[in-house]
Amino acid sequence: MALIDTINPLLTTGWSKGDAGWSLKDYEARGGYVQLKRILASKMTQDDLIAEVKKSVLRGRGGAGFPTGLKWSFMPKAAPEKYVVCNTDEGEPGTFKDRDLMRFDPHSVIEGMIIAAYAVGAKLGYNYIHGEIFDMYQRFEEALDQARAAGYLGNNILGSDFSFDLFAHHGWGAYICGEETGLLESIEGKKGQPRYKPPFPANFGLYGKPTTINNTETFAAIPFILGMGGEAYLNLGKPNNGGTKLFSVSGHVNRPGNYEVPMGTPFAKLLEMAGGMRGGRKLKAVIPGGSSAPVLPADIMMECTMDYDSIAKAGSMLGSGAVIVMDETVCMVKALERLSYFYFEESCGQCTPCREGSGWLYRVVHRIEHGEGRPEDLDLLNRVTDNMMGKTICALADAAAFPVRSFIKHFKSEFEYHIENKKCLVDPEVQRAGSGFFKAGAA
Amino acid sequence: MLEIEIDGKTLQVADGSTIIEAAHQLGTYIPHFCYHKKLSIAANCRMCLVQVEKAPKPMPACATPVTNGMKVFTHSELAVKAQKGVMEFLLINHPLDCPICDQGGECQLQDLAVGYGESASQYQEEKRVVPDKDLGPLVSTDMTRCINCTRCIRFTAEIAGFMELGQSFRGERAEVMPFIGKTVDTELSGNIIDLCPVGALTSKPFRFSARTWELSRRKSVSPHDGLGSNLIVQTKHDRVMRVLPLENEDINECWLTDKERFSYQGLSSAERLTKPMVKQGGEWKEVDWSVALDYASHALRDVAKTHGGAAIGGLLSPHATLEEMYLAQKLLRGLDSENIDFRLRQSDFSADGKRKGTPWLGMKIADIGRLDRVLVVGSFLRKDHPLVAQRLRQSAKRGAQISILHSADDDLLIKLAARAIAAPSQLPAVLAEVVKAVAELKGVAADPALAKVGAGLVDVNAAKKIAASLVSGSDGGKCAGILLGNFAQQHPQAATLSALAQQLAGLLGGSFGFLGEAANSVGGYAAKAIPTAGGLNAAAMLKDPRHAYVVVGAEPELDCADGAQALASLTKAAAVVVLSPFKSQAMLDYAAVLLPVSPFSETSGTFVNTEGRVQSFYAAAKPLGEARPAWKVLRVLGNLLDLNGFAFNSSEEVRAEALDGQPEFVSGLDNGIDGATLNLTASPNGLERVADVPIHFSDPLVRRAPALQQAADSAAPTARMNAATLAKCGLASGDKVKVGAGGTAAVTLPAQFDAGLPDGVVRIAAAHADTVALGAMSSVLSVEKA
Repeated sequence: MALIDTINPLLTTGWSKGDAGWSLKDYEARGGYVQLKRILASKMTQDDLIAEVKKSVLRGRGGAGFPTGLKWSFMPKAAPEKYVVCNTDEGEPGTFKDRDLMRFDPHSVIEGMIIAAYAVGAKLGYNYIHGEIFDMYQRFEEALDQARAAGYLGNNILGSDFSFDLFAHHGWGAYICGEETGLLESIEGKKGQPRYKPPFPANFGLYGKPTTINNTETFAAIPFILGMGGEAYLNLGKPNNGGTKLFSVSGHVNRPGNYEVPMGTPFAKLLEMAGGMRGGRKLKAVIPGGSSAPVLPADIMMECTMDYDSIAKAGSMLGSGAVIVMDETVCMVKALERLSYFYFEESCGQCTPCREGSGWLYRVVHRIEHGEGRPEDLDLLNRVTDNMMGKTICALADAAAFPVRSFIKHFKSEFEYHIENKKCLVDPEVQRAGSGFFKAGAA
Repeated sequence: MLEIEIDGKTLQVADGSTIIEAAHQLGTYIPHFCYHKKLSIAANCRMCLVQVEKAPKPMPACATPVTNGMKVFTHSELAVKAQKGVMEFLLINHPLDCPICDQGGECQLQDLAVGYGESASQYQEEKRVVPDKDLGPLVSTDMTRCINCTRCIRFTAEIAGFMELGQSFRGERAEVMPFIGKTVDTELSGNIIDLCPVGALTSKPFRFSARTWELSRRKSVSPHDGLGSNLIVQTKHDRVMRVLPLENEDINECWLTDKERFSYQGLSSAERLTKPMVKQGGEWKEVDWSVALDYASHALRDVAKTHGGAAIGGLLSPHATLEEMYLAQKLLRGLDSENIDFRLRQSDFSADGKRKGTPWLGMKIADIGRLDRVLVVGSFLRKDHPLVAQRLRQSAKRGAQISILHSADDDLLIKLAARAIAAPSQLPAVLAEVVKAVAELKGVAADPALAKVGAGLVDVNAAKKIAASLVSGSDGGKCAGILLGNFAQQHPQAATLSALAQQLAGLLGGSFGFLGEAANSVGGYAAKAIPTAGGLNAAAMLKDPRHAYVVVGAEPELDCADGAQALASLTKAAAVVVLSPFKSQAMLDYAAVLLPVSPFSETSGTFVNTEGRVQSFYAAAKPLGEARPAWKVLRVLGNLLDLNGFAFNSSEEVRAEALDGQPEFVSGLDNGIDGATLNLTASPNGLERVADVPIHFSDPLVRRAPALQQAADSAAPTARMNAATLAKCGLASGDKVKVGAGGTAAVTLPAQFDAGLPDGVVRIAAAHADTVALGAMSSVLSVEKA
């Protein structure tokens, strides 16, 4: 289903034909690979290319929002061996945009990667694809074959002196392999565990060589930026938040799915595009940027616009753009229990605070949810998260801590009710009705 | 240099230092678990978090490089809160079973928990339990105690050279484990016990036998290979309970081989000789010391009187102390015998009389790491000198090029630049080709004597590759080293190999030396325990049987180049006086008197290691039973024989006389050979034997260490051949084969495929009861299906 609603579609222009529009000829028909041809024909300099991307203020779409052009400019010019790596290890609960990008428009990712390789001087690239979207991995392999056959990949691309080859590599579903250095370790055939930084990948990346690693959506945006010019792209969004962004809207909305909107679009508009709240129920809370972003209560969220700065100001993160919408039938303790279990399960086990802390958090939240909470538990949870945050190699400990802190911060009374009364504040029948799996009123 | 401030104290540190290194320089302790100075940085335990000015988060001191002007606070509120937080996490799933844990009392986690832990935990949930692993006979596991610091994993991968341990699963379920169904078999495995900061990995032989605070500690020196690793010998009630490394960066760094660590079990072997014994009318009787000494002195005096002093031969273990060797040679010379030797496994003595001095390593052990090109000649390096192999492994990682010329291609777990694997008889010719190739690359004339070497016979390309690597080093090879291993020293053309190595080092401007086989391979020369003109060397005095022998510390049937011949000559002799810590059936058969003497742990003494370093030690325990230090026994024997110069009151006095004082290094170290005749002929008929001395069979002590004898390195001998040789003999791997040497007794062994052997050789271990009957370590064998 390629059902989408957009404002100013860029990345999703090719999605309208659904599974019938992904192949090379379709992509070329809608202007694909034109930018690559233009760059190669005009022998555009690497500096000019990077400057154009910088102008667009494209910020990394994987979650951290680091300016892409700046990242590319960190790559040492003189290094003989460099890599470009695409992070399609989309494992953040709530996020499913890269999956659809790979499904409906894989060539935009390929073209973006080729251009990036040209910009940073890499000869080899890998696209690391999440193990649980194996179909997309297979499709990407097909797309690579098409691109290779058409001369977009390989030696002397389109008769130029630029050579680049690209390979797909699929993971096995570990969340931590989406962390860029964990991903690099995994490509190298090692256990997926993040590396201590610095050195950053731009200096010591894949196989110890300078490496540019970006998210799928980031690469996919590159051809469009070059097509319309960096400035025009920036102007689609708002200052410091260039362009459009894919939002994966899930939860209690009528039409969950991916929506491409310009940065700075009000949340209310996005919610409306997604068909509004299911069953006309009241919005309770939103996790605006994937499961590791702090939750925001409805009133705060309704004031936000969908861009890095607005969401950050509200106390959360735009993250990967996974908007998880929860209505009034949700028990926040139960929701947190589910999230905490995820991080407990996915901690790589390398750093002590995360390995030990993620299990501690889950067990306490689990106890509260199951009527065994103690009055001191909320302070304990805050203290444990405090000892985890900022104390580990990667951000997974923070990701495990943020939901716990934000859920307690914004919905403390619900937790207190649980501890005191050994049951949910939200009636279980109401919860069941809201879950969507049961018809309201059915026993 | 960078200037930084730690807790208000400024200091200068080298560029590239980390905060923990800088703090160490200042004497400031930063708590840590995963950090170890010899291992790569993991930064995973997070115990070393400190505050760095302007950094929003606490930083791991082990992984944060110092920058100029950096201000570090190791005890600030932020730092201590982070450290305490990490300690709490470390303890929530730790069983806290200190009272029943062998690590208790010497546990980093226990120590740091005192400083950073709370008296009670707020963790009220269920604790994790982790299944234990079987890591083999040496290392015992209690994996529930593991804090996943990964030191053991990094040790196997980085120091031992092969990642035998890894972390499986993730998060709280992460477990350190070996490969499925495998154990940890490296010859350095015991070091992971020391590295483990908790009680997850403990010593299996020591398990539950004592608490650490009950043990007395004495510094000592390893009696095994030529390195002379420094030890801490721990005893309880005069029994050695455990041996640990004493850190010495110049020698063993902070490591020990498993042989050095676990051989102490042999000290309590049931085969310990604890009472003097004499054989009367074919019957062994336990007697008083006075009777035994009387018996021994009379026996020797009678032989000397009747047949002359030359009828007596002295065989000394190269693992005997300097003092024991010195007094033994003095005793024999006092009886007018020049037949004295400690080089029991050597077979070519043609360099004797031509040597400029004592053969030695040719450099300091620590300098091995500074060589940028190394050629190892004739060595089972990983098993014969595990810690030298370890040093070369690190060198190779830093860019040094290591090559090997040998008769077996055992995996050294070192990245090799070049290798030449040839049958033993061809080793001199291949080395000669290396010399010629280096001369050619250098544009100088090679020794004309080498011109005759048959180019068609040997792998010239491999030799050229080695030569190219050596010459490519800095200044054309000035930092190159040629190291001759045990196999080269035991080789029937050993003198030729060393003369060629000398030529090679001369051409390169580099150095060459010998990797000392035993604890006193250099000390034996210093103690004058070698024959001078007219005397018989170890091989000669066994080939040409003597009427009497004095054996000190050795089991000649296992410790000599030709065990079968040694056994025959000793059996034939009228009187064999044995000074030994152990008794064996063979000894009971050939000896006339058995004098129980102390092993290294029960006597004071000195080992001179392969770099010539004089290392003395005291007894760590009282002698077992009626055993006495061998130097005292020899002194009394000297008195009973009315010999002059035996009035020593201490081993120190013996040492002072032997070494002319108390030098740090012995004098007269020189590998030079004058006027050696090169013997480059290679004409074996039939299958050549390649004999290794397995790591756990090299001396009487380690042969009696039960845990080591169960280790993978102690597997029963096999007849190893490559595919071509197996095919030529019509054999398949696993077949039982009858191996004979020159028509004498044959032994039956299983054939084993070994792809690393050259054509036409059979590799059969020496120093093992199963293969003694085969005789000489270098011989021509016949092999047929049994």
